[in-house]
Amino acid sequence: MKRLFLLMFFLNILFAVNAQKYITKNGYIGFYSHTSMEDIKGDNNQVVGALDISTGELVFQALIKSFHFDRALMEEHFNENYMESDKIPKSVFKGKITNLSAVDFSKSGTYDITVEGDLTIHDVTNKISTKGTIEVVSGGINANSKFKIVPEDYKVTIPGVVRDKVDKTVEVTVTMKYTPMTTK
Amino acid sequence: MRRISLAFFLGLISTVIFAQDDLMNILDKNSTNEINYTTATFKSTRVLNGHSIERMVKGQLDVRISHRFGTLNTGGYNFFGLDQSNIHLGLEYGILNWLMVGVGRSEYEKTFDGFAKFSILRQSSGAKNMPVSVSAVTSIALRTLKFPDQTRTNYFTSRLAYVAQILVARKISQGLSVQLTPSYLHRNLVATELDPNDIFALGAGARLKLTKRISFNGEYYYIANPKTYLSQQIYNPLSLGFDIETGGHVFQLFFTNSLGMTEKQFIGATTGQWKKGDIHFGFNISRVFTLKSHRKPSNS
Repeated sequence: MKRLFLLMFFLNILFAVNAQKYITKNGYIGFYSHTSMEDIKGDNNQVVGALDISTGELVFQALIKSFHFDRALMEEHFNENYMESDKIPKSVFKGKITNLSAVDFSKSGTYDITVEGDLTIHDVTNKISTKGTIEVVSGGINANSKFKIVPEDYKVTIPGVVRDKVDKTVEVTVTMKYTPMTTK
Repeated sequence: MRRISLAFFLGLISTVIFAQDDLMNILDKNSTNEINYTTATFKSTRVLNGHSIERMVKGQLDVRISHRFGTLNTGGYNFFGLDQSNIHLGLEYGILNWLMVGVGRSEYEKTFDGFAKFSILRQSSGAKNMPVSVSAVTSIALRTLKFPDQTRTNYFTSRLAYVAQILVARKISQGLSVQLTPSYLHRNLVATELDPNDIFALGAGARLKLTKRISFNGEYYYIANPKTYLSQQIYNPLSLGFDIETGGHVFQLFFTNSLGMTEKQFIGATTGQWKKGDIHFGFNISRVFTLKSHRKPSNS
C-alpha cells in the first residue's frame, strides 16, 4: 500500500512537471520583402502561441486580418488578392524543438535551437526547418526566429506585372514572449 | 490511507488529462474573438459615377483623373465620340479614418466641387455583427460658367448646388457587393421657373468580381421627380463597366449616358438616352498615395 502510494506520488509529480506549458497571446510575426518599387512589410502583434517545454512542441496561429501595413491599400491587397483572408482566415505552425536537450529551462540564458514543423499558410502546408533562439528569463521564455519562405510554395500567386519586381522570398520574423500557463 | 491514495489517484488522472490537452486546443481557448471588418466592398471610392461607401483612411491621398468622351452615336466621323472629351480632376484625402474630403474641377459648366464623406457604420462579423456599411456624403458644386444673361442681376449663390446622400452597402459574398443611395439635390438657380430646384433620386449600384483584380460594375439612379422640363428632358443615368486594379491604380472603364461626373450633373442633367445610343465611353483613374501611416507605429 505504501509502495503504491509512493508510486502515485512520484507519478503525480512527474506528470505535473510534464505539464509545463507556456503561452502568449500577443506574440509577434512580421514579414518583409524588398521590391524595386517599394518594400512590403506587415506586422502582426496578436499571434497566439504555446510551448510545451517538456516535449519541445510548439504551435502558433496568426489571423491574417491582424497583419497591418503602413499603406492601407497594401493591407487590402494582402487580404483580398494574395491571402484571401475571408476564405482562409489564419495561418498555423505546428512544430518541435529538435535539440531540446541543449536548452536548460531552469537556468537563465540564451540557447540556440532548431525547430522543425509544418507551416500552413493559405491552406497549403509545407515542412520547414529553421534555426532560432530560446531565451530563458525570469518569469517566462522568449523565442525568436527568422527564416525565409517562398510565397509560391503556398500558392500565393504574384501577378505577372509585378512578379519580376518582387523578391521571390519573404523574410519572416517571429518573436514570442511566453509566460507560464496558469491552470484553473 | 485508502482515501489519501484515492485522492492522489484522482489527482493523477486530472494531471494526465491535462497533459494530454493538445497545444492546439490551448491556442483555440486563448484566441480572442475579434471584430472582422469587411474590406473592399468596392474597389474605389466611386461605384462608377457616384460615390461608394469606400473611403480614404487617414493619411491617404487619392488623385483622380476622369474622362467622358462624346456619344457613340456621333459615328465614325467623330471616332464614336473619342474626338470629344470632358475631364474631371480630383484630389481626395482621408483626414480621419471616418472622414474624407475632396475637391475637384469639371470642364462641364466650368464647375468646382467639394465634398465630405463620413463613414458611419462598417459591415463586420465576429465580435461585432453589423450587416451593412453606411456612409453619408454631402457635396457642393460651384458653376463658374459666365451667366448667359449678363444684363440681369446675377447672384453668387445662383452658382451653387448642394447634394446630400446616404450610402448603404453590403458585401453579400466575396464576389458580390450591392449599394443603395438615396440622394437629394438642390439647385439654387434653374433654367426656367418650371424646372424643379429639388430633385430626389434613388441610386443602386453593384459590383460583381470576375477575377481577383477585375470586377463588373453597374450603377443606376432612379429620379423620382418628373423628368420633362421646359428647358430640357432628362433621363435616369445608367452606367455599366469594369474595375481593373493594378497595384496602386484602379482603372474604371465604362459606358454611361451621363456626361457629368459629379452628383449634381449626373442626377440633374443626364440628357442622353441609352436606347438612342447617347452613350459615352468613360474612364476614371485613381492613384492612391500614402502621405501618413494610418496606424500607430508597431513595436518592432
